[in-house]
Amino acid sequence: MSRASLNDGSHVVKSRRVLAVVFQTAMASDSKAMARPANLTLYSYYWSSCAHRVRIALNLKGLEYEYKAVNLLKGDQFDPEFEKINPLKFVPALVDGDVVVADSLAIILYLEDKYPQHPLLPQDLKKKAMNLQVASIVSSSIQPLQGFFARQFFEKKISLDEKLTWSQYHVNKGFAAIEKLIKEIAGKYATGDEVQLADVFLAPQIFAGVPRFQIDMSLYPTLARLNEAYAELPAFQAALPHRQPDAPSTS
Amino acid sequence: ESSYLLRIIAVIVIVIVPLYLCLAFLWLIFQEMAEPTKLTLYSYWRSSCSQRVRIALNIKGLEYEYKAVNLLKGDHFDPEFEKLNPMKYVPALVDGDTVIGDSFAIILYLEDKYPQHPLLPQDPKKKALNLQAASIVGSSIQPLQNLPVLQFIEDKFNADEKLTWAQNHINKGFAALEKLLKEHAGKYATGDEVQLADVFLAPQIYSGLTRFQIDMSLYPTLARLNDAYNELPAFQAALPQRQPDAPSPS
Repeated sequence: MSRASLNDGSHVVKSRRVLAVVFQTAMASDSKAMARPANLTLYSYYWSSCAHRVRIALNLKGLEYEYKAVNLLKGDQFDPEFEKINPLKFVPALVDGDVVVADSLAIILYLEDKYPQHPLLPQDLKKKAMNLQVASIVSSSIQPLQGFFARQFFEKKISLDEKLTWSQYHVNKGFAAIEKLIKEIAGKYATGDEVQLADVFLAPQIFAGVPRFQIDMSLYPTLARLNEAYAELPAFQAALPHRQPDAPSTS
Repeated sequence: ESSYLLRIIAVIVIVIVPLYLCLAFLWLIFQEMAEPTKLTLYSYWRSSCSQRVRIALNIKGLEYEYKAVNLLKGDHFDPEFEKLNPMKYVPALVDGDTVIGDSFAIILYLEDKYPQHPLLPQDPKKKALNLQAASIVGSSIQPLQNLPVLQFIEDKFNADEKLTWAQNHINKGFAALEKLLKEHAGKYATGDEVQLADVFLAPQIYSGLTRFQIDMSLYPTLARLNDAYNELPAFQAALPQRQPDAPSPS
């Protein structure tokens, strides 16, 4: 597998083996979480909440991977080499041997099948559907509408305030719906006492939504409580944007 | 006398109670067979997300009750409907005591519960391809041209901008899908069986053609697939104009 360097600004980062070992130790209580040797490469941007989801899933499953930075601000996604990996020119994209998958939901469901340790979907059909519904609300009804691409269209046409209002509207609508959906069934985490798919999708959305769009989390007590729970978990901590190799050093 | 009483109790516990339980159990089974739990689909004739679920139900040969939710009249703001789907979107599915909103979640639920005519292949590569194609449609195309978004753009700017915006996103998505599926397509999107990718593609192509004047000659694979879908009864029966709430042609 070639390691094409994408652009002047990006760089290839070696496997995060040390970090993976830290997880396995931290999650030693889960005796089934044995990392299988895998040859995974993740194309990611530190700030991308979609990539953030996959980073969490990889960490939960104790999977080592090579991090390849795709600088969206510099336009690395338009590199023809990257377009071969993902014709939609979005991050994240995952390469696993000769399998290439893009789109965070497709990637994570692929990981679920291939690396079943720490399963992210419950057996119970109702709970499974609930997890998929929450994930889909985030990935179809919130993120694409407040994401980078959608806002670019508005860049020149509407004011910054209106852009903020637009984004807030979609985040609030989605959060209100999810709050209603999971209120009765949430346990320690979104759909019970285990971290599942819903949590993997919620954490990056709350993380992105709150500071960038000034969302008032007191309106969503369940989500606020979950957010605090996520902040305690090593797998989630290590996936945070500022902990990524391509995050700018804090000034 | 007390031993007589004990014997009566013993007979009741050992014979009658299990017998009663067996009969009750058989009765429940009989009820279920006589009236299998009915599926109810909350749908709008023109909603491409609802169309996906209609196709999936048809492919799996599942009967369902159609409950129309008129989006133009604001039925989706009805508090009763909001209980079913707090996002206030169609489709929503009720299966006994299970209620699910969101076409993706609904279809994967149907996959598990009604495995006839599976929509996802076993092969992990092909499965991922189907999920990716479905997600491109479901996250990167449709939400950016759904009713409320288009209304916002029309209100804010004008109808031309609305069309440009919608075409922009559909064309971007279709170009990506064309590249993605070109090598893998057979009779259908990812091979010779109808799968999840087809279920998501058909309504999107249909809406692109009928509402947004997409030039399908730019996407020969997708255009060919569309012709194939038009031949299939399961897809035909799911078309907007065939739904109970479609306006009669004027």
